[in-house]
Amino acid sequence: MLGTVLLQAAAAGAAGLGIGKLGAAIGAGIAAVGAGIGIGKIGGSAMEAIARQPESAGDIRMNMIIIAALVEGVALFAVVVCFLAL
Amino acid sequence: MIFIPVLSASAEETKGGGVDVKEIVFGHIGDSYEWHITTWGETHISIPLPVIVMGSNGQWHVFLSSEFHHSPTGQYAGFYVAEEGQFKGKIVEKSASGTEVRPMDLSITKTAFAIILNSILLCVMILGVARWAKKSPNQAPKGFNGFMEMFIMDINDNVIKTCIGKGYERYAPYLLTVFFFIFFNNLMGLIPIFPGGANVTGNIAITLTLACCTLLAVNLFATKEYWKEIFWPDVPLMLKPIMIPIEMVGIITKPFALMIRLFANMMAGHSVILSLVCLVFITAAMGPVMNGSMTVVSVFFGIFMNILELLVAYIQAYVFTMLSAVFIGLSKVEPHHVK
Repeated sequence: MLGTVLLQAAAAGAAGLGIGKLGAAIGAGIAAVGAGIGIGKIGGSAMEAIARQPESAGDIRMNMIIIAALVEGVALFAVVVCFLAL
Repeated sequence: MIFIPVLSASAEETKGGGVDVKEIVFGHIGDSYEWHITTWGETHISIPLPVIVMGSNGQWHVFLSSEFHHSPTGQYAGFYVAEEGQFKGKIVEKSASGTEVRPMDLSITKTAFAIILNSILLCVMILGVARWAKKSPNQAPKGFNGFMEMFIMDINDNVIKTCIGKGYERYAPYLLTVFFFIFFNNLMGLIPIFPGGANVTGNIAITLTLACCTLLAVNLFATKEYWKEIFWPDVPLMLKPIMIPIEMVGIITKPFALMIRLFANMMAGHSVILSLVCLVFITAAMGPVMNGSMTVVSVFFGIFMNILELLVAYIQAYVFTMLSAVFIGLSKVEPHHVK
């Protein structure tokens, strides 16, 4: 059964049905979900920390933004690969 | 099997009313031999840029890129811009065997011209502030000088000094230059009209060069302990075969991540803004109600994305500088004496 599915996929690729572009679009979507989950968790912890100690809001804000940029960097690795497959 | 009906429908390329969004977006993000400003009806209004190529016979040719448009075949001295194939959009010449081959190409393209222009503007700005600071050493700065001093000292104290620690003065010039170069080029890339609007930091060659500079700054001035921790780390013997390749690969992957982060952030930002503007043109053929509502959506979303891109411009420059400072600080490790 796996063999028939693989044969169909290979035929679709050979016929130029754009399965590569489908893969690129799905990959970009999954990367966006990953970035959303990661940055959501960072934001949530930052909110809790600021709620516990409001006078450290400035420090927490800067660290939150830095770590969000790092997480987003990883998600954008995936976006770059998707652009290449587009 | 559920994919089959979806795939057969997508077999033809639909271009949404004759507007090729992909070509428009990649045309704005990519490099070109002239600076295209607008298209008025049928005429392209663009600024021609110098082309500097060396042909296979070793002779240098320097000419404006408008020469390609003046000749009827699009050729000039045997060079022409390839329309298709692996060198699409670049200058090629036909070699003796008839294949298209790239000559040595040192042209001032749009991105190169933008770098030169932005660097000159940045130098004028920073050197002007520096000259004021040297002339009046104990006065409080006002206006633009005050703003720049606050900005520079914020990066110096909160990023460079905290991340590197002792001996940070040696690296402060490089790190501050990197920060302001990236920030200024990001901002100029957001301005839609000449002389802004060139996608400098969204070009992987430029971020590759910046990442290489960080790689050199980290590894050329590292202490012996840094190299020892990579090639013979202080871990149990069973872990050494895993740790040593990981650390060796880590020398390259850390600047690689810097490069990809900056490149992808800037390219993605420009693509999103360009796609939102193209949305208006895609829906132009779909009737006034659809077009009107999509225009409103596009304008509001576009304003929001541009404000977000301002924030991203600052954050990406800050993160690049901060990570470079952290890597430089980590490379200055001193041997710890256990117990």
